[in-house]
Amino acid sequence: MAFKKGLLTATALVAFTAGAAQAQTLVYCSEGSPEGFDPAPYTAGTTFDASSRALYNRLVQFTPGTTQTEPGLAESWDVSEDGLEYTFHLRPGVKFHSTDYFTPTRDLNADDVIFSFERQWQEDHPWYAYSPGITWEYFNSMSMGDLISSIEKVDDLTVKFVLNRPEAPFVANMAMDFASILSAEYAAQLEEAGTLDQLNQQPIGTGPFEFVNYQQDAVIRYAANQDYWEDVPEIENLVFAITVDPAVRAQRLQAGECQVMPYPNPADLPTLQNDPNLTVMEQEGLNVGYLAYNTQQEPFDNPEVRRALNMAIDKQAIIDAVFEGSGSIAKNPIPPSMWGYNDDIEDYEYDPEAARQLLADAGVEDLSMKVWAMPVSRPYNPDARRMAELIQADFSEVGVDVEIVSMEWAEYLAQSSAVDRDGAVLLGWTGDNGDPDNFLAVLLGCDAVGSANRAQWCNEEFEALIQEAKTTTDQEERAELYRQAQVIFKDQAPWATIAHSVVFMPMTNEVQGYVMDPKGGHSFEDVTLAE
Amino acid sequence: MIRFLLQRLLLIIPTFIGITIIAFAFVRILPGDPVLLIAGERGVTPERYQMLMQQFGYDQPIWRQYFDYLFGIFQGDFGTSISTKRPVVNDFLALFPATVELSFFAIIFAVSLGIPAGIIAAVRRGSWYDQTLMGTALVGYSMPIFWLGLLLIILFSGILGWTPVSGRIDLFYFFPAVTGFMTIDALISGQDGAFVSALRHLILPAVTLGTIPLAVIARQTRSAMLEVLGDDYVRTARAKGLSPRQVVGVHALRNALIPVITTIGLQVGVMMAGAILTETIFSWPGIGKWMIDAISRRDYPVVQAGLLLIALIVMAVNLIVDVLYGLINPRIRHQ
Repeated sequence: MAFKKGLLTATALVAFTAGAAQAQTLVYCSEGSPEGFDPAPYTAGTTFDASSRALYNRLVQFTPGTTQTEPGLAESWDVSEDGLEYTFHLRPGVKFHSTDYFTPTRDLNADDVIFSFERQWQEDHPWYAYSPGITWEYFNSMSMGDLISSIEKVDDLTVKFVLNRPEAPFVANMAMDFASILSAEYAAQLEEAGTLDQLNQQPIGTGPFEFVNYQQDAVIRYAANQDYWEDVPEIENLVFAITVDPAVRAQRLQAGECQVMPYPNPADLPTLQNDPNLTVMEQEGLNVGYLAYNTQQEPFDNPEVRRALNMAIDKQAIIDAVFEGSGSIAKNPIPPSMWGYNDDIEDYEYDPEAARQLLADAGVEDLSMKVWAMPVSRPYNPDARRMAELIQADFSEVGVDVEIVSMEWAEYLAQSSAVDRDGAVLLGWTGDNGDPDNFLAVLLGCDAVGSANRAQWCNEEFEALIQEAKTTTDQEERAELYRQAQVIFKDQAPWATIAHSVVFMPMTNEVQGYVMDPKGGHSFEDVTLAE
Repeated sequence: MIRFLLQRLLLIIPTFIGITIIAFAFVRILPGDPVLLIAGERGVTPERYQMLMQQFGYDQPIWRQYFDYLFGIFQGDFGTSISTKRPVVNDFLALFPATVELSFFAIIFAVSLGIPAGIIAAVRRGSWYDQTLMGTALVGYSMPIFWLGLLLIILFSGILGWTPVSGRIDLFYFFPAVTGFMTIDALISGQDGAFVSALRHLILPAVTLGTIPLAVIARQTRSAMLEVLGDDYVRTARAKGLSPRQVVGVHALRNALIPVITTIGLQVGVMMAGAILTETIFSWPGIGKWMIDAISRRDYPVVQAGLLLIALIVMAVNLIVDVLYGLINPRIRHQ
């Protein structure tokens, strides 16, 4: 059966390449191999592209191209007065994939939702350790275990999550990849056969595409889910051609071996942009690169000093030299594509004169400090070393002597978290769930001092606002609270916000309807191919 | 001969232990704590850090970790990948045929060009041909593999459009993996053109990977041939009035090839190293690419097992070469 299906796909593909474009096939030159096809144990975007985004759905989903949430497998949800109970009403008639290794006998119901979460949560669950060494990184790092008090089946199409404390980002969390809904019926079948590992290798979901075959490190094949509850994708065959080297991906795209590629080399961009057969889409990524002062150490405990240093940094020069144009100046700790972004904020103007004066007023003379530069290239900062050198030059203009320090990446992450660490640290963040809380509380909240809060900054006023926003369920009210929080952030200047990177997606002109995801995911359900 | 074989086999034991120690120590000398790398910018609480360390067994004393590791190997357990959570051996067995296939074609390319080129250079010693050939071999030997690979792609795939850019076969061919060797599986599938497509995909990576061995083999053949050509028995053969073709082809070549076989055997180790870069450039799903991915993720068990398994293969090949050598040249056995 698998073979027959394969032959059908192969025939369809031959027909396509022969020019009789009956079946539409999209080849995506992906950048790496997925770690598995169960999204919940993993954290890499590459894995999510190949699993959660192609194969699964979640109770809530992100409206394509935005960070707003909309109904997914749950048609609607109610939140109790006290914000502790979320009741999700499931969409009736949602079919799981029917493949040669699994035929569902029933539609999606509450059991599937409960299975998908409890396996990550309850240590005595038969699926908690279904594969050697498996861990639930996202579920744990979001503290979902502490947050959830119980998950109850009200009836077949109603599930109630009871929380231990109010948590407004909860709905956005339900749209994240780890919250993908798997089939409890399929799991039961695997348990009976004693092949629990298969869940990660032969996945079953409700998503736009169903799994056909994976040749490790080479090719993943998917077929359109003809029973999809939303619009059935027009792409009948989706192929991931795994191509690690970005220069080779670009060559493959130009040679027509694939139609879409992610993460081009900046050096290849002009060639790709000048190719008349290609379109290069671009969008600001959901990220921020920053320089975090240690606000618990002298003289950086003085906001005057931090403001002065912020004014000394020539951000435009950094964008030009480090990002080679593929970035934009950041003025807030959250990216502009996110709801709650306060566009009224004015950035510190680059003014070395004024900075020198401010430093003198604050009584700071002959300051020498450390600037930490990461040893690895990240989306929000392609070359931290270069960035640090530019900052070093800028600071020396205002009489501040900078020593650049760098160390191995894991060591860097650990040591930069320490409260008594010296100087200022270059780092950044990429959003997980499109919620401002995921930036403001995670990176600047009092609880995060000593870990993700590299500025070691705990400001009462700011903290009160983000805590209130966490427990408010109305999004407009929350947005207002976050806008106020950004005013305090800007005034107190625990960071110099530096840049949001721009993400490029080259594709051939025949690709229609591709929408870039600000969170960096790649999904193809709405894509069509022009003749 | 049996005594010779036993000696060689016994030698494998300390070598094997040595390699396990190196593989084990190597990944621990690499900077970077795997738990922190998994956590990334997200950070990790001390309790969770402890839990993960415990789960991966990194909280044990070093000697204990080593013996657990050694004990596992003897039971065929090479550990579980931190990133994929799958047993390392499964991934290795799935990917190894791709590397073997690539290396096989690379060595065919290197031998079939290298030996004739070396012979001709030796026979026409000092001619323009000899000089050009040795010059080219030097260039081939010193060319960085990743650079050569990209250059070939840009020229032959990009500009000329003769060969595919990367991958193992055109994507519209789709058949189950039976042996893991794409060329054989393509033949089994019986699909029109599949075999040719698989061969076309092999050309550039095999040339890239085979270039250094080609240069080495050509130089080695030339010098071995020159040495033999000066020997008494060759002079005798010439004096007996044998044609140059007979002298070179029958008498000289047979003896000149002995050191060349050793060289070819040693090149297998070099190719394993080269495969890491070649596979990455050409998206060739073999163990080289697998290792690179693992190193960047600090996936200790994979790097460790990969090093060990590759070392075992190189050892096995060297053993075979030794035995072959012993068969061809009996003097070696008694040394």
